[in-house]
Amino acid sequence: MRSVRTTATRAAAVAAVAALFAAGCSSSSSDDSKGSNPKKGVTISVASLIPGSTKEASAQFANQVAEFEKANPTIHVKSVQYQWTGPTFAAKLAAGTLPTVFTVPFTDGRTLGENGQLADLTKQAKQLPYFGKYNPAVIAEGTTSAGKVIALPTAAYAQALHYNRKLFQQAGLDPDQPPTTWDQVRADAKQIAQKTGKAGYAEMGKNDNTAGWILTTVAYSLGGRMEDGTGKDAKATLDNPQTKQALQMLHDMRWSDNSMGHDFSWGWSDINQAFAAGQVGMFVNGSDIYTNLVQASKIDPAIYGVTTVPLAGGGSAGVLGGGTLAAVRPDASEAEKAAAVKWIDFYYEQPLIDQQQAIRNAKTLVASKQPVGVPALPVFDKQQYELANTWIKSYINVPQPQMAPFMDKIFDQPLVPEPAASTQSVYHALDPVVQAVLTDKNANIDQLLKAANEAAQAAISQGK
Amino acid sequence: MSEHLIRGRVGLAPSGADPAARPAVRWRGTPLTWVHGGGLTTLLFLAPMLIVFGACSWYPIVRTVVMAFQHTNLVRPATWVGWDNFRAVWDDPLFPIAVKNTLYFAGLALVIGYPIPLAAAVIMSELRRGGALFSVLAYLPVVIPPVVAVLLWKTFYDAGSNGVFNTILGWLHLGPYPWLQDPHWAMPSLVLESTWANAGGTVIIYLAALRGVNRDLYEAAALDGAGVWRKVWHVTVPQLRGVLLVTMILQIIGTAQVFLEPYLFTSGGPSNSTVTVLLLIYDYAFGNSLGGDYGSATALSLMLAGALAVFSAVYLRLTRNWSQS
Repeated sequence: MRSVRTTATRAAAVAAVAALFAAGCSSSSSDDSKGSNPKKGVTISVASLIPGSTKEASAQFANQVAEFEKANPTIHVKSVQYQWTGPTFAAKLAAGTLPTVFTVPFTDGRTLGENGQLADLTKQAKQLPYFGKYNPAVIAEGTTSAGKVIALPTAAYAQALHYNRKLFQQAGLDPDQPPTTWDQVRADAKQIAQKTGKAGYAEMGKNDNTAGWILTTVAYSLGGRMEDGTGKDAKATLDNPQTKQALQMLHDMRWSDNSMGHDFSWGWSDINQAFAAGQVGMFVNGSDIYTNLVQASKIDPAIYGVTTVPLAGGGSAGVLGGGTLAAVRPDASEAEKAAAVKWIDFYYEQPLIDQQQAIRNAKTLVASKQPVGVPALPVFDKQQYELANTWIKSYINVPQPQMAPFMDKIFDQPLVPEPAASTQSVYHALDPVVQAVLTDKNANIDQLLKAANEAAQAAISQGK
Repeated sequence: MSEHLIRGRVGLAPSGADPAARPAVRWRGTPLTWVHGGGLTTLLFLAPMLIVFGACSWYPIVRTVVMAFQHTNLVRPATWVGWDNFRAVWDDPLFPIAVKNTLYFAGLALVIGYPIPLAAAVIMSELRRGGALFSVLAYLPVVIPPVVAVLLWKTFYDAGSNGVFNTILGWLHLGPYPWLQDPHWAMPSLVLESTWANAGGTVIIYLAALRGVNRDLYEAAALDGAGVWRKVWHVTVPQLRGVLLVTMILQIIGTAQVFLEPYLFTSGGPSNSTVTVLLLIYDYAFGNSLGGDYGSATALSLMLAGALAVFSAVYLRLTRNWSQS
């Protein structure tokens, strides 16, 4: 009896473990999400909206997916919430959890492509009828040194000075006359802080490269540059006189004027939220952030104002430009790449190039209470940009008069690309410098910049 | 001993025999006898554990060691670089800063965070009523999700005069203080939150240990005229020394690996004042959106693991006599 029971127990155990293995094997073998099946078509995942977007925005995106799938019955689209941030992108890239189609800033496009971290889209991209019409400087951001197209530009922007018109009024300033010099920015910030108790001027100060990014913007506007040369031979010039000037101005606004509030660790999302909530008088960020302010922070349009970043006199002062590239996972199959480029064409490019799509896109955006007519720079050329704006003129729902100070002057400003070599490392080296100036009254700017320059030079030399 | 275990010893020397004196015997079993002896069943029962541990624990450890000697972006094939990653970490100006900050955090946590749970447990064990309620209250922070706790404490640490702590201190005509916005205040602020968040678990351990202390010892001490402090010092602490030694080394190892607080509160700022070793590892791996320096990250991980292993060995050696006396 004992022997029978023991044998039965062993048999049951063996069967149970075998079943577990079988279950594991069958679940893995049934995973057909990768690749394509001629009968089933191809499935791609695409970056949709940033986390925290409104229901209207999500519904609008779902409508566009449905429209795309109707036009391309063999392509199935899964939407994935997505927001590019340096650390999360790096983690997803390493873990292989990025959607098939995602976006990256101009900052990283070429280097990711050179490193083999983006799919080669040359064949599919060159089949697009408008490929030759891209602004050469813009498409260059998505092209490797070997001429491979590894991403397609979807938006371009210039850095801008965003300001709160309501706080301007409360402080006795004219919101239709925003500052045009950094001295005026400082004076207005002081007045806002004194009259309203809010931060007159705030700056990103987080240790995630954003602090260095904005400091670079201000240094550019004063005529400085962070690098001389390209590639691993580039020379770091973080300790240039204009960067020192920008830091000294920050120091004085923080410690002499007390016009920067009491939080100096803003990241990109935080500062947008604080601005939309009326806590910040002025801050620098990309010219196209109005969409985010509406989608994620529900800004009251009446308080919004934007103007160009003040430029110092002299030939080298310029405004830092940037933009967004749509890219594809490096492990995508040919079918997935083809589907991905179709999606990029449909979702990002057609509204810029085709009247019918531009109007349809604008209609959808308006119906879901999303912004139409956000200030941006041309992905193709200025003529095409202005033409596209005339197509959707009747749908524009952003407060354009409040954006006029930016739009009236931006095309007169020299646009300067980001530092070409080890861009993120250069920004990262500057992060603690900004933090030190904002949190330590006795910070030694020269010493801090010297250390930052050494760190940046080391990163450039190693190609990091 | 069950039948199959006895069968499994066929041909082996009796248990407890001197291995050196064990006669050289040849395995006379066949695969069939191994199966009949229960070997297969044992292996099948072990298999899930082996697979889970192998895939989730041992394989990553091996990969870490391998990757520490490679240059890789996890997309292109890796290249062997010898000790370069270790040298790069050693030469990084942030490395000594991170080590110093980590030691500072661990030291502060030892001074602030180590005695508090013990004191709380002693007081709670002496309470005649409400002990369970205080246990729950002490443990509550442990069950709050860390991200929620940090968001909560961020509002406490608001550097404006309307921040929670600054408002309270304002009633006493103190502050406002910069908390997380100042390089000198940031680390103690992290330790304070960390102590609040983690003390509950240690309090429960101490409470359990205190129940094992013989009450007669306290009565004997009282008869000898000992007050509260002398009872604690001469009865409670010696009776708990084994537990105290273990919690101390666990705390030191835990704080040497502090990541959550500096990552969520300050990202290592202001001015690198809260960059810790683990945050630096994270920074190597994920700080650059172009794909991380996984070689340096794993090299520093090994260096930390080695340092903690050496420290633990020394600690156990030094405290061995005390914990056994």
